[in-house]
Amino acid sequence: MVSASPNGPASPRGQTLLLDGITQRYGASLAVNEVTLDIRGGELVALLGPSGCGKTTLLRIIAGFLAQTKGHVMVGGQSVDGLPPNRRSVGIVFQNYALFPHMTVAENVAYGLDARGVDRATQRSEAQRMLDLVKLGYLGDRTPRQLSGGQQQRVALARALAVNPSILLLDEPFAALDKNLRLDMQIEVKRIQRLSGITTILVTHDQEEALSMADRVAVLSQGRLEQFSPPTEIYDAPDSLFVNTFVGSANLLGGVLLDCDRSTGRVRLDAGGLIETRAPKGDLQPGARVTVCLRPEHLSVDPATSDAETLNGVVEMGLPLGATVIHEIRIGDGTAVKVSEPRIQRTDLLAPGTPVRLAPVAPRLASVFAAA
Amino acid sequence: MAATLRDVTTYDLKLAAPLAAGFVLFFVTPLAILLALSFQTDPQGGHYGLTQYVAFLGDSFSLGVLGSTLWLGVKVTVLTLLLGYPVAWLHQRSPGWARGLIMLLVLLPLLTSVVVRTFAWVVILGRQGIVNATLAWLGLIDTPLKLLYTEGGVVVALAQVQMPLMVLPIITALSRIDPNLADASSVLGAGHWRTFRKVILPLSLPGIVAGCLLTYAAAITAFITQSLIGGGQMLFMPMYIYQQASTLQNWPFAAAISIVFLVSVLLVVSIFNALGRLSRGYADA
Repeated sequence: MVSASPNGPASPRGQTLLLDGITQRYGASLAVNEVTLDIRGGELVALLGPSGCGKTTLLRIIAGFLAQTKGHVMVGGQSVDGLPPNRRSVGIVFQNYALFPHMTVAENVAYGLDARGVDRATQRSEAQRMLDLVKLGYLGDRTPRQLSGGQQQRVALARALAVNPSILLLDEPFAALDKNLRLDMQIEVKRIQRLSGITTILVTHDQEEALSMADRVAVLSQGRLEQFSPPTEIYDAPDSLFVNTFVGSANLLGGVLLDCDRSTGRVRLDAGGLIETRAPKGDLQPGARVTVCLRPEHLSVDPATSDAETLNGVVEMGLPLGATVIHEIRIGDGTAVKVSEPRIQRTDLLAPGTPVRLAPVAPRLASVFAAA
Repeated sequence: MAATLRDVTTYDLKLAAPLAAGFVLFFVTPLAILLALSFQTDPQGGHYGLTQYVAFLGDSFSLGVLGSTLWLGVKVTVLTLLLGYPVAWLHQRSPGWARGLIMLLVLLPLLTSVVVRTFAWVVILGRQGIVNATLAWLGLIDTPLKLLYTEGGVVVALAQVQMPLMVLPIITALSRIDPNLADASSVLGAGHWRTFRKVILPLSLPGIVAGCLLTYAAAITAFITQSLIGGGQMLFMPMYIYQQASTLQNWPFAAAISIVFLVSVLLVVSIFNALGRLSRGYADA
């Protein structure tokens, strides 16, 4: 086995995967629109987006179930366009696992080896080795129906990895698991992925899953690639309003751009107050109408002042959420703004009706986009 | 509180009484009379004994009729399966509108009388029928082929007439197979044929067994089609029983061969059922 540490850098053993200008057209509609992704060997990339964003279509194109209208799929620098699924060396873990119900667990894992003409003895020993890898070595004689959801998923993973594929595709693999088990399985899958160093594509609509598991996240919306960056960058420096609102939560405030340079901008908010922001995305001139995105944890609630240059509001509701406190504040233009603060700093809830002042906890946290 | 709750799984047996009474009156009683009749030694009544059974089982002609009837069922079932499975498969793989069309075509024969369907085959297979006319027109034959009144003709006609009984259960079985299983198989390196052999076929086995059972039972008892297409030259059990009872008025013998036929069919059905139980493990896939 490879000695890469579970938290180490991506193993160089995995094959690179290049999606080059992939377009998929269904009649008049574009399911996938000119998506280009250059994925490094051994990397775990999450395709993140709402349903209908084209992530599943991309997965089916990579697997070879679907021939793209335009563009190329390259694995390890070789084009796989036109190759049927059974000759692509791709492993898939399906959302419902798709284990063969009429075969034992061991037979399921050995299926791909059998299809490749591997002799029986090797099939058996390899299947056992893969089952040991997913810690289910003792369940080989059971049928899939006798297993729990988490166990079935491990078997599906073992089955996909048994044929030593170039690319591993995970199609919403954790969606059917309950919350506690999901976290365990995410850690487990990440561990095995690191260990085998296999290039992996994770399709998901769950942003937490994408951010926690992936080396890089590709956010898709309506068939377009919105952003392809490491998780922290997706969260901290979103490229578009869509990414900002889809990943994490965001308060959207209208305003006018006063001035900007390459690193910062200043926006006068409609609800009152000036705010220093990150450099605006896109080609925005001073005077343009903009939307400012502030995450709930970017704001703090302070005692009200009579200064017109601040963002003032009234407390609507306070919710203690364990480690944090959420306040909903109604600001001048009628928008409800959510503010999340550590409970260590704010031990008491503010009563509804309390006038307050909102201030950014640090400068240049807010993102600015052209007004929608 | 708990004591007042009725167990909804135990229904009042009285509700089933009308059906049970009808069943006893029109099925069990005639069957009992038939059984009693079969033990009469003489058509004119009198003593009881095993004479009729001895006569049937000792007569090579009678045994031949039984054998050829059971064998006819096998041939029809195999042909129906070979022709019906691809239809069910096609239905499963087609887009929505085509599915509706295929289903209509499969069900269409059930909407017309067996007599009409069988006469259609007389028209198709006859000396001046569609098949012979076409072959003659193409210059492939000089004299009409004998298609009607042959066993081949009976098998083909029965296969068409019983086709829905085979196709419908297989469609049901195929539609219960998770489409991801075929995808999983192909990604693991299996070609279409291997996927079919290792995944689709085993998982559709319950449908195949049910279809074969229905087709077989219907084919060997299809009095009308057997008689009209087979003509007078081939004798199968239903016609044999009819002749003994109606034409020769030998009711005890007719009853005896009915019982023998019934037992034979039950035997075949039991074998099918055993196969069905073996495949049940795959049923809830």
